[in-house]
Amino acid sequence: MRPDVALAAQPQVQAPPPAAEPPAQARPIGEPILVVDHVSLAFGGVRALQDVSFDVREREVRAIIGPNGAGKSSMLNVLNGVYHPQSGTIRLRTGERWLEFHDMNPHEAASLGIARTFQNIALFKGMTVLDNIMTGRNLKMRASFLEQALWLGRAKKEELEHRRAVEEIIDFLEIQHIRKTPVGRLPYGLQKRVELARALAAEPRILLLDEPMAGMNLEEKQDMCRFILDVNDHFGTTIVLIEHDMGVVMDISDRVVVLDYGRKIGDGTPQEIRANQAVIDAYLGVAH
Amino acid sequence: MVESLAGLDTFPKLLAHHARVRGERPAVREKYLGIWQTWTWSQFADEVRAVACGLAAAGFRRGDHLAIVGDNRPRLYAAMCAAQCLGGIPVPLYQDAVAAEMAFPIQNAEIAWAMVEDQEQVDKLLEILPQCPTLRRIWYDDPRGMRHYPQRELAPYDRLLEEGRAAHARDPRFIEVEIAKGSGEDTAAMFFTSGTTGNPKGVVLTHRALIDRARTAAEMEGLSDRDVVLAYLPPAWIGQNIFSYAQPFVTGYCICCPESAETVMTDMREIGPTYYFAPPRVLEALLTQVSIRMEDAGRLKRAMYRYFMELARRVGGAILEGKPVGLGDRLRYWVGDLLVYGPLRNVLGMSRVRVAYTAGEAIGPDLFKFYRSIGINLKQLYGSTETSVFVCVQPDGQVKPDTVGPPVKGVELKFTPERELLIRSPGLFKEYYKNPQATREAKDAEGWFHTGDAGYFDADGHVKIIDRVKDVGRLADGTLFAPKYLENKLKFFPYIKEAVCFGHGRDRVCAFINIDMDAVGNWAEKRNMPYSGYVDLASRDEVYELVRECIERVNADLAAEPELANSQIHRFLILHKELDADDEELTRTRKVRRRFIAEKYAPLVEALYAGRDSVHVEARVRYEDGRTGTISADLKIRDAKTFPPAATKKAA
Repeated sequence: MRPDVALAAQPQVQAPPPAAEPPAQARPIGEPILVVDHVSLAFGGVRALQDVSFDVREREVRAIIGPNGAGKSSMLNVLNGVYHPQSGTIRLRTGERWLEFHDMNPHEAASLGIARTFQNIALFKGMTVLDNIMTGRNLKMRASFLEQALWLGRAKKEELEHRRAVEEIIDFLEIQHIRKTPVGRLPYGLQKRVELARALAAEPRILLLDEPMAGMNLEEKQDMCRFILDVNDHFGTTIVLIEHDMGVVMDISDRVVVLDYGRKIGDGTPQEIRANQAVIDAYLGVAH
Repeated sequence: MVESLAGLDTFPKLLAHHARVRGERPAVREKYLGIWQTWTWSQFADEVRAVACGLAAAGFRRGDHLAIVGDNRPRLYAAMCAAQCLGGIPVPLYQDAVAAEMAFPIQNAEIAWAMVEDQEQVDKLLEILPQCPTLRRIWYDDPRGMRHYPQRELAPYDRLLEEGRAAHARDPRFIEVEIAKGSGEDTAAMFFTSGTTGNPKGVVLTHRALIDRARTAAEMEGLSDRDVVLAYLPPAWIGQNIFSYAQPFVTGYCICCPESAETVMTDMREIGPTYYFAPPRVLEALLTQVSIRMEDAGRLKRAMYRYFMELARRVGGAILEGKPVGLGDRLRYWVGDLLVYGPLRNVLGMSRVRVAYTAGEAIGPDLFKFYRSIGINLKQLYGSTETSVFVCVQPDGQVKPDTVGPPVKGVELKFTPERELLIRSPGLFKEYYKNPQATREAKDAEGWFHTGDAGYFDADGHVKIIDRVKDVGRLADGTLFAPKYLENKLKFFPYIKEAVCFGHGRDRVCAFINIDMDAVGNWAEKRNMPYSGYVDLASRDEVYELVRECIERVNADLAAEPELANSQIHRFLILHKELDADDEELTRTRKVRRRFIAEKYAPLVEALYAGRDSVHVEARVRYEDGRTGTISADLKIRDAKTFPPAATKKAA
C-alpha cells in the first residue's frame, strides 16, 4: 500500500497491536553518564530554565517533554554547549573520570562524544547524502589539509576507512537508494533520517535528538522509532530526545523528564509520568 | 561455448563442475556497503559445501524441506543448493507475503527448517510458529536487531557456516558422498503457485526437468559464462529462480544481487546485464518513468524525443530484425541511436542487453514495440511454474508482438476444441505436493498438462494466447469478450495503472480504472491542480476527463478489429484505492483477480450497468504491517464514446 493512501485513511485505522519489542531489561542500562545539576538559564528577563537537575544513565533512552516554550530545546542547547547556563553545572563521565563544565562550546561537546540533530533540519542541501554524512566524520580525520587536498599519505587510507564507516551507517539506516542524491531533493522524512545518519557518523556516546519525529506521517514515525531503538541497541548509544508525540515518547523512552515554564515538574518512567498530576495539569492546562 | 555436462544430473554436481572448470570466474555478486562484492564459483561451492555440512550436523535429512524466505541474497541461494546437496528440497516463499500466508506452505510440506533473510522474516515466522509445530529451526542471514531474541529455534547463518566448516574439516568425504547419491529424478525444488483460487499448490519439480529446460533455452540463445544477470524479482517466483539459479548453474554465468529493492535501477546501470528478464509490469513502470521525465524535459529535448521515437516506431523493429529498411531511414535511425536511443538504453541500464524476455502475462503490443524499437532485443516467452518456464520462446528474427512464438525444442503442444492449450515437455512438473486430485486434473493420463490458457496457432505456427480459458467470455449478443486484452490496451496509457473489465453475459462492456499515482500526480501538478491524496485525485472531474480520453482511444482501436468491435467500453469508474495484493485483489505476481474484485465490489458493478452516475463504496484495506482499516468514498461513473465499427474501418 502506498504511503499517501495510508495517510488518507489514517483516522479510520484500528488501534495497532503493541509492537513486540525485545524485553526492555535486555538492554543493560548503566550508571549515570551525564548529570545536570541545578542549571538555570535566562535570556534577559526570560528565564528559560530554572534550577533544573536530572541525570542520564548510560545506554538509556531519556526523553525531555513539555508544552511549547517549556525550555526543552534550551536544555538540549545547554547540553551540547550552544548556550552557557548562568548557574549550575553539567558533568560528563568518561570511564571513571567526571568532567565538569560551565562554558563548553559545541566543538568541544562533539569531541567529548555528544552529537545532535536539529528541529529544523540543518543539512547541506546542495550536497549528496553521502557527502553530508561524511561531514559527520570530520572530527575523526587526522590528515592535514594539504594531504587531503593532494590525496597523499594518510588522507587516502583515512578516506577509505571513513567511507566504510559511513557506508555501514547507510546500510544501518536503509538509505542506500539515496546515497548519491542531493539532500535538497529528498522528502522531509528522509532528510531527518540523513541527519540522524550524520550525527551517528561521529560515533557519539550521547546522541541528542531534537524532535526527531516532528512533521512525519505515521509510517515515517514508526520507521524513525525503530531506527532510534536500533541505534540504542546496536551501538549502545545513550539517547536524549525531545518529542511532542506523547505516544512515541511513552513507547520508546526508559525515563522521562517533564519541563514546564523552565522548571522540572516530573521525572520518572513513562508509567510514573502518566500518573503524575503535575504533568497532567501542565498538559491539559489549569489556572496557575 | 558448448561444454559437456554429461552425467551432471543435479544442481550440486553442476556446481562442483563449475568450481573445477571456471573456479575463478564470478558466480555471484552482491552490492554491500556500496561496493560490489564478488564470489567466484569456487568460493561459492566452498560456501555451499560448508552450509550443507552444517545443515546435516543440525539434523537435516534426505527428503527434508528447507523454507527459503528473503530477497535475492547469495547466502540464500547457497542454502538452496546446500539443501539439494543433501537430497533436500528448498521451498522458496514470497518474502513480501504476510505471516498468515506463509503458514499454509509450511504446514502443507511439514517444513522443519527455514533459512530467512532478516529480522522482518524471523518475526513473521515466529508469529505463525504456534500454528506450525513442525518448524524446528530458523536460520537468519542478517543478524541485525536479532541480539535479544531468546527463542531457541533461532540461529544465525554464520553459526551454521562455522559448524559446517568444522564438520567438513572432520569428515571431508561426507558431502561428496551425499552429492553423489543425488539423481536427476530427485525433487530439486518446490514452488507454491500464487493461486488465483483456493490454497496455493506446491509444484514439485525435479532436477532433470529444470536442468533440461534451462539448458535448452540457454543453447537456443547462445548464453555463456560471459553473461551477466541482475536478480531482482522474488526468488520464490519460478521465473527468477530459472534465471538466477537454474540457468547460471548450466551455463556458468554470473548473477548480481542488488543492494535493496529501491536501488535496482541504479544497480542495473552499474552492472549492465546482458541477459534480462522483466514481467510486463516492470517494463510498463520503466516506460511510465521515462514518459514522465520526458514531459519535464526542455522543449528541444521533447521535440527530439518525439521525432526520433516516431522514426523508431516506424523502422526500429525492422532494423532490429535485420529486415530491409531504406538508406535514408537507416541513417536517421543511426543519428537517433546516437542522440536518443543509446542514451535511453543507458538510462534504463540496458546498454549491454543481448537477450531480454518478458512473460508472466500478456504484454501490451505498444509497450512491447517501444522496447524493440529502441534496439532492445525484447522477446516474449511463454511458460509457467508447472512447465519449468520454457514452453514457447520467440526466436531472433521471428518476433511478433501478439504471439509468444513457436514451441521450444522438446515441447509438444496442442489445443482442445475449447481453445485450451495442452503441453507435453521434459520440463513438466512431477506433481502437486500432497494433492493427487489437483495433479490428475492438471496432468492427464497421456502426460498432457492442461494450462487453462486459451489461444491458437497463427499462420506461422506461433502460439497466440488471448486469455485464461475461464475468463474468455461472450457478451449477451455473442461477441467475443477477452477482458485481459482490453485491460492491457488500457494499461498502456501511463495514467492507467490497472483496469478491470466486465462484460460476460452482459449487453456491453464496463470497466474499473486504477489511476497511476505518479503519472496522474505529475500531470495534475503541471496543471496547478492541488489534491490531498490518492482518493481525492481519483475523484477529480479533470482526471475522469483524462481517463475518458484514454478509453475512447482504445474504443477507436477496437472499432477497427471486426471480432472485438462490439466489446468497446461504454462506461467506467475510477477506483478510490489501488488494487493491492494485501487486499487479495491482485495475486502476489500482481495479476488482477477479476472474479474476486467483481464479488468484492458487486454494488459498483451493478451501478455501472444500472446507468447510475455515482455510487458509494466502503472497502477494507490491509496495511503492510497487517492492520486493517476502511476507506470510503463516493465514486462517479462516466460514459465513454464508442465508435461504429464500419465508419472507423472506412477511415482506416
